[in-house]
This record gives sequence, C-alpha cells and structure tokens, in this order.
Amino acid sequence: MADHKEVMRGIERHPGVQYPVLTPNLQGFHSAIAAGATEVSVFGAASESFSKMNINCSIEESIEKFEEVAKSARNMNIPVRGYVSCALGCPYEGNIIPAKVAEVSKRLYSMGCYEISLGDTIGVGTPGSMKRMLEAVMKEIPLSALAVHCHDTYGQALANILTAIQMGVAVVDSSVAGLGGCPYAKGATGNVATEDVIYMLNGLGVNTGVNLYTVMEAGNFICTALNKKTNSKVAQASFNTGTIN
Amino acid sequence: AFPKRVKVVEVGPRDGLQNEKTVVPTPVKINLINMLSETGLQVIEATSFVSPKWVPQMADHTEVMQGINKLPGISYPVLTPNLKGFQAAVAAGAKEVSIFGAASELFTKKNINCSIEESLERFDEVMTAARAASIPVRGYVSCVLGCPYEGKISAAKVAEVSKKMYSMGCYEISLGDTIGIGTPGSMKEMLTAVMKEVPVGALAVHCHDTYGQALANILVALQMGVSVVDASVAGLGGCPYAQGASGNVATEDLVYMLNGLGIHSGVDLQKLMDTGTFICNALNRRTNSKVSQASCRL
Repeated sequence: MADHKEVMRGIERHPGVQYPVLTPNLQGFHSAIAAGATEVSVFGAASESFSKMNINCSIEESIEKFEEVAKSARNMNIPVRGYVSCALGCPYEGNIIPAKVAEVSKRLYSMGCYEISLGDTIGVGTPGSMKRMLEAVMKEIPLSALAVHCHDTYGQALANILTAIQMGVAVVDSSVAGLGGCPYAKGATGNVATEDVIYMLNGLGVNTGVNLYTVMEAGNFICTALNKKTNSKVAQASFNTGTIN
Repeated sequence: AFPKRVKVVEVGPRDGLQNEKTVVPTPVKINLINMLSETGLQVIEATSFVSPKWVPQMADHTEVMQGINKLPGISYPVLTPNLKGFQAAVAAGAKEVSIFGAASELFTKKNINCSIEESLERFDEVMTAARAASIPVRGYVSCVLGCPYEGKISAAKVAEVSKKMYSMGCYEISLGDTIGIGTPGSMKEMLTAVMKEVPVGALAVHCHDTYGQALANILVALQMGVSVVDASVAGLGGCPYAQGASGNVATEDLVYMLNGLGIHSGVDLQKLMDTGTFICNALNRRTNSKVSQASCRL
C-alpha cells in the first residue's frame, strides 16, 4: 500500500461512489486528506491479544488513537467507518465473547463512526456464532449502522452473511475475485468473493445495484494481472461454461 | 428453529468419485469407504450398479460392495438405474438402493435417453423387486433448482416428480441442485412446493457448490425443517457441466457449520478430514474443503 497517494490521485472518482481509505492514526489521516480522501476507516479489534500483536497496543490505547482521528474527521466533515476485527474468533485468543464485540463496537460508534463493520477476521464463525454476536451488538448499535465483513477461510462466509441479512443487516463487505488470503492459515482463503455474494443476493431478490458481469470482468482483470486463479466460484463456473465472454 | 439432529449422507465414494477424472483403484475405494465408516457417518453411498460402458469409474461395483467392512448401524446404499442393476446389487450384498429421477425432461433425455414418465416406469420395476426383497429405496430428483439444458425449473415440477417417487415407495427423496445454480431464494421456493406433497421428514437436500451457494442453501433447508443433507468428503466430484468448476459440497465444511449451529451429526470432523486427506493424496489433487485447507498448516 506504499503507493497510496498515487492511487488516490490517479483513480477516476465517479460521482455517487465513495472511496474510503484506511487511516490507522492522525498522521495517516492527514496524509489521506492531503491526497484527496473524503472518507476514512479505522480498525479496532475485539481481542486484546490481536490488538497487541497487530498494532502493538491495547484496545483502549487504539481507541484513544482513533478518537484523535475521529475528532479531526468531525471537524472536517469527513465520515469515518469503524471496523471491529476478530468479531467471531481470534487467531490468538480463540473464542471471543459477543459482549466484548458489542463493547468495542459501541466505543467506535460513540466516537462518531457512522458505520461499524464486524469482521470475522479468520473466518471461523458459523451462522450460530454470527447470530449470537449480532444479537449482542444490536443491543448497542442501530441495525442500519452495522455491516458484516466475513472471511471464507472455513467456507462459512455466505451462510454467515445470509444469517446477518435475515437479522436485518443491510451492508456487506466483500472482495472482488475473493482477493486476499488469510495471513493466519497459510494457503487458506480470506475475503468472501464479491461475485459470489452478488449472485446470492440476486437470487434472493435483494437489490444491490451491482452488475455481476462487470464485477466478473474486474475480477478477471485482476486475476490475470496477479497471475492467479480467482477465488470466486461464480467466476470459475461462468468462465468455464463459456456463458461469459 | 433448526433440527436438533441432522443425518449426513456421504456421497463421496459414488457421486464424488464418479465425477473425478482419475479412475481410482478398487483397494483405494475400499479403504476410502472403510475410513468413512470410522467417522460416525451413518450413511455412505458406496457405488453404482450402472453399466461400466457408461461409468467406467464404477465398473468395480461388485468388488467394492464385497470388499468393504460393513459396520453395524451404517447403511451402504448403491445406485441402481434399472432392474438388472438392482439384481446385481442385491447379489453383491446391497441392503439399500437409490434411484435417480429428474425434474427436467431435457436432462432426462440427455442423461438416460427417455422421458421422465418412462424413467419412472423403469423405476417401478426396481420398486416392485425392492419391496419384495424388503430393500429400502432412496429417490433422487436432479435439477431441482435449475437444469443445464432447460435453464429454469418450476418448483411445481419438482414437487410433482418428488411426489411420484415418494408414492412409488421411496422412503426418502434427495433434492439435488445438480449444477449448483440455486440460491437461498430458489431453495426456499422449491422446498415450499415440495413440502406440500412430501413430508419434510422424508426430504433431503443434495447441494452442489458450483456457484459457492451450497452452505447458504443448506442453511435455508435446515431452517425449513429438512434434517438430511448429502455431502462429499473433500468436496470430491467436479461439475460435468462447467469444466474446472466444483461440484459436491464438502462434508467437512457442512459438519463444521452443523457443529457451529449446535446441530448433532455424530460425525468426527478430524477423522473426516483425515479421510479427505487420504483420498486427495490418492487422487493427487487438492481438497475442495475449505475447512481442510484452513486446518492444514503444511
């Protein structure tokens, strides 16, 4: 991500499309604004061990850093999205209690994050743990401010996303072609593929406004560029039956 | 509310291997089934008594049937496309058989060169013989959520074929999303129609993961009361209609989800993963199970 400025300045910004960027601290935030960012994200975690291993500070200390970002952002009318990692399990601590996820989410929401994206960072969650976690978080945060960020490391992502949607969550994170492996399980997959999510939502009659074919083309482009196979099953199935040109 | 218990029907040795390009030696097949018998699975589809001309992979059906350890309490159903296959199956020791119908005329024509009606007439012969021999028969309905030739399949048609097969005497109807094209939306619609004709206790779902939708589809089926789910160890078996695409849902991934939901399946996930590792090594291929991929730290 070293070329963050060039990317930010180089892309075509379509009206009505948001291009948020990650800003771990105040310094990153200022750089982002200077480079033209109009929305930022901060990353908290529901696990102390994960927070320590990832950003070398406690959850509390990380929240303090984010509060600085949130304050500056508020002054400049820049919306901030908050991520909570390890919402369904931690590579170091194992089980994460839903109350902890709710607590961290509430802190991020109270400091001004307009949306909280709950991340199953290592994809260990199942519809059972997703339901319990969301029930706890929904006591503290309005449903409309919640998003789910599911990893497909154990193949559970779509089932988990379906559960979240059934509970009223209306924002879902995903990655084209399922880009991004899992840093905690060598060779395993990470992000759920956008194509596969859209396919499911289309089948459910849920409107996303996203053109599946255009996403598949983008997926095809980036996989070719990365010289790797797509992680999207929809793309795999479609390109191989020749139904997509 | 979810069922408290789910019966997992393991189709790897039949549906899985049948759709693998590599022909597997008989001892490997036998070892696969024997390993599966140690995992807690109660139903393991062992082989298919179909003509070797059509399915060379299943040519050793008699040796497999006679070679496996048949553990008490475990059922080893075999496919029998017609009376001849049924008789060979029984002679080889089969105690349960399966027959395959389809909700699509075109699929039936392309697959077994007759109409749905004609295929059911053929099965009637098998049903009569099975009843006389006290052999339970499981009925499969293919293309329940879509057909590679016809495209969309009406839920009413699936209900009609299911009802016919259930009335003929099949104790269970396994509804197959043959090309994996279904989503929770179409699964719900289809099951709603079928459940008007067949009791939910006699229904199973057989989902393919070709479009990554299998577990989400299975989840919906469970929510609607279905308590029998077919799966294939290591997700064996590609899709004959989409080159390079995946087919069967992986049993490991299904069991992982059931465990997470607190639903009892009786299956030992570790032993299942070990079985998956064995057959993937034998086939010299990577597993299709994400749980297996994630758990392997090599």
